Amino acid sequence: MINASLKQLAALLAGKKTSSLELTQTYLERIQTHNPVLNAFVTLNTEITLAEARAADARIAAGNAAPLTGIPIAHKDIFCADGWRTTCGSKMLDNFIAPYDAHVISQFKTAGMVSLGKTNMDEFAMGSSNETSYFGTVKNPWDRNAVPGGSSGGSAAAVAARLAPAATGTDTGGSIRQPAALTGITGLKPSYGVVSRYGMIAFASSLDQAGPMAKSAEDCALLMNVMAGFDERDSTSLERPAEDYTRDLEQPLAGLKIGLPREYFAEGLSADVGAAVEAALVEYRKLGATTVDISLPNTQLSIPVYYVLAPAEASTNLSRFDGVRYGYRAPDYTDLTDMYQKTRAQGFGSEVKRRIMIGTYVLSHGYYDAYYLQAQKIRRLIAQDFDAAFQQCDIIMGPTAPTTAFNFGEKASDPVSMYLSDIYTIAVNLAGLPGMSVPCGFGANGRPVGLQIIGNYFAEAKMLGVAHQYQLATDWHTRMPEAQ
Amino acid sequence: MSLTLHDVKRVAMLARIAVTDEEAAAYQQQLNGIFGLIEAMQAVDTTGVMPMSHAQDVHQRLRDDTVTETDQHEKFQAIAPQVEAGLYLVPRVIE
Repeated sequence: MINASLKQLAALLAGKKTSSLELTQTYLERIQTHNPVLNAFVTLNTEITLAEARAADARIAAGNAAPLTGIPIAHKDIFCADGWRTTCGSKMLDNFIAPYDAHVISQFKTAGMVSLGKTNMDEFAMGSSNETSYFGTVKNPWDRNAVPGGSSGGSAAAVAARLAPAATGTDTGGSIRQPAALTGITGLKPSYGVVSRYGMIAFASSLDQAGPMAKSAEDCALLMNVMAGFDERDSTSLERPAEDYTRDLEQPLAGLKIGLPREYFAEGLSADVGAAVEAALVEYRKLGATTVDISLPNTQLSIPVYYVLAPAEASTNLSRFDGVRYGYRAPDYTDLTDMYQKTRAQGFGSEVKRRIMIGTYVLSHGYYDAYYLQAQKIRRLIAQDFDAAFQQCDIIMGPTAPTTAFNFGEKASDPVSMYLSDIYTIAVNLAGLPGMSVPCGFGANGRPVGLQIIGNYFAEAKMLGVAHQYQLATDWHTRMPEAQ
Repeated sequence: MSLTLHDVKRVAMLARIAVTDEEAAAYQQQLNGIFGLIEAMQAVDTTGVMPMSHAQDVHQRLRDDTVTETDQHEKFQAIAPQVEAGLYLVPRVIE
């Protein structure tokens, strides 16, 4: 059952071969067994979870189930969920019980999916290894010496280890795609504005986007049907007609033109990752696609631009954590300023503080034009690179990350080397494009490799089809770590 | 460009983050490493390029000027560090 697709699980539930309660209990037991080692979940609430499972069973019995009713899903602990502790991986929110549901959470509740628990993550989604979480690191289920990637590392590890059939994630600079790649699962970051950010704790608002993480592209398509859609409570939510994200799954790939950005296959890409990606491209050619060399000349600049814009937005967003209305407050202080300063010094971890300080600096008087404005201008150049590329191809492919999962501590002491590991994912967020990662093999150390698929704006359905056709022809996405 | 210890302490003050001298020295080194990376932007000629603040060319939506929020202050204040009679308590601001 733990390797079943969402479609298969839905069929089992509809055919009364299993119940939501039974399914949910199976996963709760797996979490109990494996989570003490993996640390993928930070909060469980079996009372709420089992009540939702029973309600789903009642709904199925009454004959008004939606396609995914009764299937459990894990949520990244960045989404506010009414009655659930919602920490965002931070001591600052260690005691925060969300008083309302994020739009994504209410969409899944309406669909009848069962909230399995909240997953670990880098603090305030700032990190690429899950090592910045206040609640400890998450182990990569493929190799417990390896990071699971970040920031959605808990969700990725939970799906990879089959502790959840599916999970939610968020992606500001690669936080869905990179952990998906490093744990051998499928993850999609939709076009900016497709999924509401309401109730999703903000990091960099012009880049943050939620998306599905699951075992396959087909599963992600079904989850997108639930997550996506206009929400007036998010001022950047796009008013677009509803889409069926499964509509292109069966589209053959004959004639598909795949663009290969030469900057994504240049120095810095490790040989084993490059070989796995090349093998995936061979498979795509067999499926009838052709490849064309393209260039995204400003790729290298995406990292400096991101590390100006994201911290600038973060320093503004995180100013709300001041010990007044919710969250942590320092126990001892002399006056109001002292209370703010001690609360924030004690409540935030060092990566978050670093980024708040970078953001504060680049927005401060005298530096705005040189940093923030210049970064916004180069952001446009990066978006224009993609515009030009999509004149030559239907879809772009390359590696998701330059290496397979690295070891704990390998990059933790050097922020710059950690930042460079997001070289292939960040530009997609800056442009606001959809991107996904699909498992395409294993590296020299036996750790998974992800193939990145980048589409034009609102091409999610097409990308999911392109990924699904590959998954029909290959079995990388069905591989499961042995220890589980 | 590199940040002095004084710059780091000033930024920390603006960000309302207390730092010890030892921490400030560590941040100085790390932030200078990051600004070393960011410096690559300065070589790019962006004359005439419109800044891009947002991924989508969207306009702010307008809505009717009616009350949409319900009164949930009790629920919201139940998770506050310190409240009294419906008010959030902070240290005295004006002596």
